[in-house]
Formats: sequence, structure tokens, C-alpha cells
Amino acid sequence: MINIVWLGLIVIGISVAIINSILNGDLEPLREVTSSAFNMSKTSIELAIGLIGLMMLWLGLMKLAEESGLINIIARLLRPIMVRLFPDVPADHPAMGAMIMNISANMLGLANAATPLGLKAMLELQKLNKNEETATNAMVTFLALNSSSVTIIPSTIIGIRVATGSADPARVIGTILFATTCSTIVAITLAKLLSKMKRYRLSDAISEPNQQKA
Amino acid sequence: MFQNIIEGISAAAIPLIMLFIPLYAYYKKIKVYEVFVDGAKEGFNVAVRIMPFLVAILVSVGIFRASGALTYITVLLAPITNLIGMPPETIPMAFMMPLSGSGAIGVMSDLLNTYGPDSFIGLVTSSMMGSTETTFYILAVYLGSVGIKKGRHALPASLAGNVAGILAAVLISNIVFR
Repeated sequence: MINIVWLGLIVIGISVAIINSILNGDLEPLREVTSSAFNMSKTSIELAIGLIGLMMLWLGLMKLAEESGLINIIARLLRPIMVRLFPDVPADHPAMGAMIMNISANMLGLANAATPLGLKAMLELQKLNKNEETATNAMVTFLALNSSSVTIIPSTIIGIRVATGSADPARVIGTILFATTCSTIVAITLAKLLSKMKRYRLSDAISEPNQQKA
Repeated sequence: MFQNIIEGISAAAIPLIMLFIPLYAYYKKIKVYEVFVDGAKEGFNVAVRIMPFLVAILVSVGIFRASGALTYITVLLAPITNLIGMPPETIPMAFMMPLSGSGAIGVMSDLLNTYGPDSFIGLVTSSMMGSTETTFYILAVYLGSVGIKKGRHALPASLAGNVAGILAAVLISNIVFR
């Protein structure tokens, strides 16, 4: 699916730019597409470079939290939920702790912390993966959770509302909470349901318990 | 008042975490400096590994964004979105959110500036913005960081969540703000 979406964005984008150029009789739309493509490739690397320092900061803190047993304490508290969400991950595996930290950062709206912690969780989940080029069920559920936003403190949105002169910037917190709950429920339900479909089922093991590697 | 509390939590969360974790580790007799550095080592490789994935995704999104294709999509979809009480002005927002975080912030600021943050359009846009994340970016970066090429059902499940979030935001806004 990602292949189709990726190609689709390029094909639609360039086709529209060509049509607009012909309709308007000037080459500006085509030039804009070119400069956007070049700028974005530069931006991607700047983003990745910017992430190096953040990754190091959070991975260092995570290591401290891990070795001091702090992660275990938090993981134990959330165990009943996490075990149900990620049945393939052993309850005391470091992946659980990393996922919990990522989800907490997301809830607080701490985007700069959420990505490094999420990547740490992926590294841990990959250690449980038997087929290293294919995503596991736990990874898909984790991604569904991350992409559906579980923010309870939408600081960016409130910030933009303040900046544009809103009389009541926090008025949307209730509606955001409702919408994000709906999106999270749908994403996780589908992550669970689709994993059983023939098309997406893991080819080798059926339930992949993975205990031996932990 | 409520808003001050939220701003306070946002501002204090990171400093408190950065204070508490090393303090607790020190209390547990961990060599805090050495262990921190040891953990940080992994950071470089992760950032380098995600680069090709980021370039691929962000360039295709950039081409789509710059082309003006969203204008056509808005015109095509307006009759349908009108039926569910979704203002056509917010259609570009719905498409931008899973594709690009900075793009979505741009569209949202633009809509709030044009129609006012407390107008119905402004309230729907704000509610939509909080309901989803930048799915394509997350999938590319997270899967790319560990070298996974087959995402299986990660994209359909996440996109379905995005659509549900947008529809829920429109529905609840129509009930609460109309």
C-alpha cells in the first residue's frame, strides 16, 4: 500500500502541476514543484541531523531510567493495559517500558521527547522480531497508537489559537479529546482485526510467542 | 485559569523529567554520567538510518503540496462534505494532517487567521488538528529506523484511525459548537 500511496502523491502532484502550467500559460507551477522537491530533500536531512542530539539526550535518560529500575516500576503499574494491547511482548521486556514512555510523552504533548522514545521502543520491538524486514503485530499496534494521537494536552493547538487572538483558546480541549479517543479506538481495533486477514497475516509463526529471545 | 494550568504543565514537564530521572538513578547508586553516555551512543545510528526514508516520504509529500492538487480535491469533495456538516474550507486540512505536520500547522494558522479562531471553521479546524498525528512521517521514521520494509497493515489501520478522528471532530463540533 505504501508503494501506491507514495507513487500516487508524485503522479498526482506532477500531473496537476503540468495541467496548471498549461491552463495558466506559465511555468511557475512546474518550477514550484521542482523547488519543493529539492527543498524537502534538504529538509529531511536537517530533520534527521536535528534528531541526533535529541535521540542522544533521551536515550541517555532512558538508560538511566532503565538501570535504576524506574521503567520497571512504571511498567508494572500499566501492566494490565499493556499486556492486553501487546500480547506478543513479554510483560517485563524493555520494549514495554520504552512504549510506555513514548505514550506518556505523547499524552503530555511533548513531541520532542515522543519521537526518540518511540524509536527506542522500535529498537526493542525489533529484538523480538523473527523476520527483520517485516513489521510484527506489536509494531503495527504501536504505530497505530502513535499515529492516532493520544494527546491530552494539545499545547501546539492552544498556542496557535492564542497567537491568532482567540477569546477562549482552551475551548476545543473537550472536542479534541473526543475525536482523538475515536481515532485511537478505530486505529487499534483495525490493527488487531487486520492482522488476522490473509493478506496481512504473518507467514511463518501464527502467534509468535517470542519468549525464548526475551 | 485552566489555560494557565495547562501551560504550566507543558513548561514544567521536561525540566522535571530531566531532574527526576538522574536523581532517582543516583539514589539507586548508578554511575549517572557514565550510564547516560553509554545510552546516548545509540543515537547517531538511528538518525542516520532514517534519512533515506525521510527523503522519500517528504519529497513526495512536498511535490503533492506544491502542485496545488488540494484545490482540485476540495472542489471535488465539497458536495459530499457539506452533507456531514464539514465546511469545505477544512478539506485541505483533513488531507494535510496525515502527510505533513508543518503543512497542517500552516493550513490551520491560515484558516484561523482568515475566519477567526472562534468561528465554526476555526473550532472545527482546531478539533481536527488534535485528533491525528502525521501518520506518513511516523510510519516512515519508525519503520525505517529498524530497517523494516514491509509495514503490513500499519498504514491502512493508521489511516483509518485518521479518517475516524477527522469525522469524529466534525461530528462533535456540529453538536457542541453549532
